[in-house]
Amino acid sequence: MNSWIEKQRNILDFTLSCLWRRKGKNLTFVIVYTFIVFLLASVMFLTDALKHEAAFVLKDAPELVVQRTLAGRHELIPAAYIRSLSAIRGVAAVKPRLWGYYFYSSLKANYTVMVPDGFGHKEGNILIGRGIARTHDIHKGDSMWFARSDGSAANFTIAGLLPTESELISSDLILMGESDFRRLFGMPEGYATDLTLTVRNPKELTTIATKIVEILPDTRPIIRDEILRTYEAIFNWRQGIMVAILFGALLAFAILAWEKASGLSADEKKEIGILKAIGWETSDVILVRFWEGVVLSLTAFVAGVLLAYLHVFFSSAVLFEPILKGWSVLYPKFRLTPFVSIYQVTTLFFLTVIPYTVATIVPSWKAAIIDPDSQMR
Amino acid sequence: MTAAQAMTMRSIHDEKDILNATANRVRKSSVFLVSAATATLLFGLMFLHAAWRQRADLELLASKRMMVGALQLTDLCLFTEARYIRHLSQTDLHTPFQDHPGALEHFPSGSLVSLPSTLTRSYE
Repeated sequence: MNSWIEKQRNILDFTLSCLWRRKGKNLTFVIVYTFIVFLLASVMFLTDALKHEAAFVLKDAPELVVQRTLAGRHELIPAAYIRSLSAIRGVAAVKPRLWGYYFYSSLKANYTVMVPDGFGHKEGNILIGRGIARTHDIHKGDSMWFARSDGSAANFTIAGLLPTESELISSDLILMGESDFRRLFGMPEGYATDLTLTVRNPKELTTIATKIVEILPDTRPIIRDEILRTYEAIFNWRQGIMVAILFGALLAFAILAWEKASGLSADEKKEIGILKAIGWETSDVILVRFWEGVVLSLTAFVAGVLLAYLHVFFSSAVLFEPILKGWSVLYPKFRLTPFVSIYQVTTLFFLTVIPYTVATIVPSWKAAIIDPDSQMR
Repeated sequence: MTAAQAMTMRSIHDEKDILNATANRVRKSSVFLVSAATATLLFGLMFLHAAWRQRADLELLASKRMMVGALQLTDLCLFTEARYIRHLSQTDLHTPFQDHPGALEHFPSGSLVSLPSTLTRSYE
């Protein structure tokens, strides 16, 4: 056993010396390799953390949301619908929701304006999310101007800021009283943006949703389970344009790795010839290449994964911010709870380390079985 | 001591020096194995840190969940470019075409997320 370990160590010593001799080429390769692993791992960590966060936080989202559509567009829902919905067996409560979007033209930012149940502040007072406070550089007690739907100006006093920790759900929120909301948007009394339903037995949700469409055909019910599944589906890293970008990067890396692994240079072939001539066996030559693959790919894998972890969970995925932000002015500052699983790391390992290590062995075996004399010439 | 003997002695000393130097020099494989062990340790620490943060953030997550319940929120505030991107779960099949029929998606974040499979189901 000891002699086997000593042999492996000797071969590893030799391999590391070989790698060090071509340090410029190998270092460049490791940097590119690390970057690919870093990119893949960052996307995986970020999407998985967002998925977990959404699944946990949105568990208390409305059980059922009922929207009204008109000519294919979301339309205000009449309060009279509440009576029809309350009459459905199994429905415990129906509540109107008042919410909408406000485009702040001077900053070109979109905000979500909501009326919470029992808003305990005086008329003319609002609560705002941290993202808005940051974008406007305003604080508690300051004023904020809005343009009403009739063009007149509305001045609101900031009664408070929503907690920093909740930025991922409240960064762009403006909370105000019902009368302020209706006056700002010119929304008539007796109408709401949509309705939320509470049911007695959650198992009956689908049946109730079907009944709603039967009774009120111009409505569209959205079940809480669908909300949760939306976040499950959209942050699947194997879908969307992200995978197209990653696929391109992976393909580029595969070409680079194949070129590096399969195209043995004249020097490398000569080296194999000399090793064979001085008595090395084919298996030893393959072992050298195997260790070379292990050293390069493991270094890149470990560095890539650890850097991705720091990037996503310590810097809030700062490199992805321009992509996620797109054209929006406001971007939430959030700190995600890390959810790292063995499954993720193993998937990454099989996607990056195994293909390269295997790709290095085949060409060296081919070179090792050729006559050493012809290789050295 | 003859000159030949002196030369033999010197060469023996040189050989001893070379052997000593080789023995004292740290082997490359040792450096690699120590680095690999450190990397394994860092990997373990990464998992430990994730588990610790999950436990430490439980209260924080619970407060966010309470806020979602109190305000009856339906979505995460990730993208604020367009309304169907801000409230992904509330979007319908027509909103991307709100500018004109057949309008192409022009918001960058719209191409980042895939179509929720549940979207078409609510129209069936």
